[in-house]
Amino acid sequence: MIATQLPALQIIIPLFAAPLIVLARRSELAWIIALVANFLCVLVAWDLFQLVNEQGIIRYSLGGWAAPTGIEYFVDTVNAPLLLLVSSISAIVVAYAYHSVKKSIDSTKHYLFYAAWMLCLSGLLGMLITGDAFNVFVFLEISSLSTYMLIAFGNDRRALTASFRYLVLGSIGASFILIGIGFLYAATGSLNMLDLAQRIPNASSERAILVAFSFISIGLMIKSAIFPLHAWLANAYHFAPISVTAFLAGTATKVSLYVLLRFLFSVFGTQYNFEYLLLNVILLPAAVFGFLIMSVVAIFQTDLRRMLAYSSVAQIGYIVAGISLATQAGITAGYAHIINHALIKTALFMSVGCIIYRLGHAHRPSLDNLIQTMPLTCVAFIVSGLGLIGVPFTGGFISKFTLISASMEKGWWVMGGLVLVSSVLAIIYIGRVVDVMLFRKQRLPNPMPQGRNEAPLSMLVPMYVLIGLSLYLGVYGSETLTVSGEAAKQLLGGFR
Amino acid sequence: MNPIWTLLPPLLVIPFIIGFGERFRNLREASIIIAGIWLLYLNNQLYNQFVAGNAITSGELPLLAHFSLKLSVEPMGLVFGLLASFLWVVTTVYSIGYMRGHDEKNQTRFYVCFSLAIAGVMGAAYADNLLTLFVAYEAITIATFPLVTHAGTQKAQNAGRLYLGLLMSGSIALLLPAMIWVATAAHTLDFVPGGVLSDVGLSQSATAVLLALFVFGTGKAAIMPMHRWLPAAMVAPTPVSALLHAVAVVKTGVFVLLKVVTYTFGIDMLSTTAAAQYLLPVAAFTVVASSIVAFTKDNLKARLAYSTISQLSYIIMAALLATTMSVTGGVFHIVTHAFGKITLFFCAGAIMVASHKTEISQMKGLGKTMPITMGAFLIGALSIIGLPPAAGMWSKLFIAGGSLEANNLIWIAVLMLSTVLNIAYLMPIAINAFFEPNKPSDQSGAPLANEWQEAPFASLWAIVVTSSVCILLFLFPQPLMSLIGSIQWR
Repeated sequence: MIATQLPALQIIIPLFAAPLIVLARRSELAWIIALVANFLCVLVAWDLFQLVNEQGIIRYSLGGWAAPTGIEYFVDTVNAPLLLLVSSISAIVVAYAYHSVKKSIDSTKHYLFYAAWMLCLSGLLGMLITGDAFNVFVFLEISSLSTYMLIAFGNDRRALTASFRYLVLGSIGASFILIGIGFLYAATGSLNMLDLAQRIPNASSERAILVAFSFISIGLMIKSAIFPLHAWLANAYHFAPISVTAFLAGTATKVSLYVLLRFLFSVFGTQYNFEYLLLNVILLPAAVFGFLIMSVVAIFQTDLRRMLAYSSVAQIGYIVAGISLATQAGITAGYAHIINHALIKTALFMSVGCIIYRLGHAHRPSLDNLIQTMPLTCVAFIVSGLGLIGVPFTGGFISKFTLISASMEKGWWVMGGLVLVSSVLAIIYIGRVVDVMLFRKQRLPNPMPQGRNEAPLSMLVPMYVLIGLSLYLGVYGSETLTVSGEAAKQLLGGFR
Repeated sequence: MNPIWTLLPPLLVIPFIIGFGERFRNLREASIIIAGIWLLYLNNQLYNQFVAGNAITSGELPLLAHFSLKLSVEPMGLVFGLLASFLWVVTTVYSIGYMRGHDEKNQTRFYVCFSLAIAGVMGAAYADNLLTLFVAYEAITIATFPLVTHAGTQKAQNAGRLYLGLLMSGSIALLLPAMIWVATAAHTLDFVPGGVLSDVGLSQSATAVLLALFVFGTGKAAIMPMHRWLPAAMVAPTPVSALLHAVAVVKTGVFVLLKVVTYTFGIDMLSTTAAAQYLLPVAAFTVVASSIVAFTKDNLKARLAYSTISQLSYIIMAALLATTMSVTGGVFHIVTHAFGKITLFFCAGAIMVASHKTEISQMKGLGKTMPITMGAFLIGALSIIGLPPAAGMWSKLFIAGGSLEANNLIWIAVLMLSTVLNIAYLMPIAINAFFEPNKPSDQSGAPLANEWQEAPFASLWAIVVTSSVCILLFLFPQPLMSLIGSIQWR
């Protein structure tokens, strides 16, 4: 009985947790409800993941209304792993958030914070699971609105402007998507993605489809912060509460990338995008300039959050580069990097969160000799940083290796070379932080407290769980690659 | 026996090192020596089984879809593994004397990183494919980094930055694409006798570019202009320099090149095409230029560092000449240079501990107070130069023979020129030590004492062992030769 309702439960659990949290009001209770709901989400996602592996695609008609009239949830090898990824990252970060939230946010507002978090999670999971184009927009709005709220919780006053800036750009993106979906509906008379995929080749007005395509892809590029449409990201990541940043870095942009993948490959089709529209000519330069320029920009940031934010844009560039290859190997690489980068970047932001918890800032030049006072946090940062660089036994190595070999296979040697150049830039920006942490002697007027001053265990344990997970995927990289290969096959083959 | 067991002793000893720590330092160091002897025993087991004709491989760990981590035993790796495990024991004994005599800080961290590096070397030695070798290569870089910055001074940090920057950037920007190129072209990264690239249709210029990526990307082999890290890393404690220069780091670099030339390209492919000809002049230039630079250095460790760069390029030349004889000489030179150079470094450290001298100009007449050390120095120097009765002669002979085999007399001329330079920068140190009178040193103004003033016993013992191996290998090269001779060329 429950097994057949799993796709609905995936959304309903966090959606109903939100009002429950508001009713509970007490901050500890709110946290516990959020945590429990989130772990239930992980269980559901795990079950779905297993089911998809065993039986293939799951189609679920919401409320018993059959598609294309009703809304359909659609789980296949592309979104099942991401459902698991997003709900797990959220669960781990919620577990981690308790102390950091307690310290940085007024205790009367905790319940609102966790309620917004749950809404955001249900929005993100909804974007992943739904098979209905308009429903994507609805969930996108749910997650965006709650994200604006979460960002505004930051205790720096600039959090408000960051949130507002994101609101403006995010709304532009969302309305572009809505306009695009409107055009699609006008041209084909359907909103169901499977239905759309069949009707688009036979649509009467090719121009309407083209317009729809442009609006949707630009809207999604804004939401997934693809260079040069990334302007909202740095401020949002910088000024949001650090646990929110960790959560968003691992999930929000990745989910938008998934929707982009879905539309590009499943709905519009490879031929349409890459042979007729030559999309690779547009996406590829954006990706390459993105990872080169943003890596250079990251080098010159003094705030760790800002540095990691720019590095995120760069890493999204790798993912897009893989996608723009439009080959099995390329999409496999891009997809694998979605998984690996989500884990690595979340862990990095979590370690920065530990630093902020103790020091109240994440200003690189003032982290002198931090290894003495916070060794575990520093080790976490260094290990995850190595993952960002792409050292063997980390997830970054797996996806980078696959990406470069995919671009060589296609004959795009220059791109493979530029990925490596950007990896060397990553050595520089991570190296600068490590350098200060390990070697710089204290020379501040008010030196940091001496002796061990590690972040609380409730922050360290979730962080190390996540690092363990990403290292596991670094050692058993072929598992990630198998999952990604299946996803790529599904995307290239269209809906089957 | 599974070669993966060789990773066990150096990894297993780490909890003991940390557990005993500074408080029980005798136990700490005893545990390392036990682990070292165990490792040597395991390597010897592998050698026996290999000689008995068994194929020895480990299981696979699929790191990427088609490429996995795997270990297996072949002659070249066996030479390297035996060498590294033997020198680990000797270096540990030496460093007990040195580190205590010199009163170094953070010795526990030092021994932990040292063991990690040895584990990395074992992984590199028995790597069955390029991916495994690459992974081990990176692991060694990271494990040795804290050793370079051990002193914690500004100079040590700068050296550390240069070390990590050059080695890691080189490996990620050049070695990694080279490996991926091989994977894309040949669809395999395995080491196969005769190579995997001979029939995949790489043009000659493509082969040359690929080879150049390997040669320059392997920053640990320190070919110019990738050599800057090596003299800078001299700020590390002497046992580390000895380990870096004789075994773990630089030898891994040239080992990668020898493996790649033999098992990825195949010597036939390289000797029949002209791909390697573009790189040989670079290696030859490095041989001569760094010998000249060594000549100008007054600091003993700096002089030895430049000498190492020069000697490594012998091996690179040997690999690039790509004849059976030259590659044999290259593998042999890994061993002979290891013993010669580690002896010289041990001596440099002993001189520093016993008489606090670092500059060559202060070492005149030192033979009277430190006769054993300076005697060993003479033997090490002879081995590096390639004169009897030291083992360096054999390997140099083979490399020269290799260039005859390749019909290229100019490289012999380079070798001979370098030999002359070697004599010029190494022999005066030993000669002046014994035949110059005891002069008051410039700094202290006090004359040197006339009685013996040797380094601590542990260090002295290590020096005697390595220098006698230099002579033993000259007298009995046969077991080593027959092991190297069993490499399958095609």
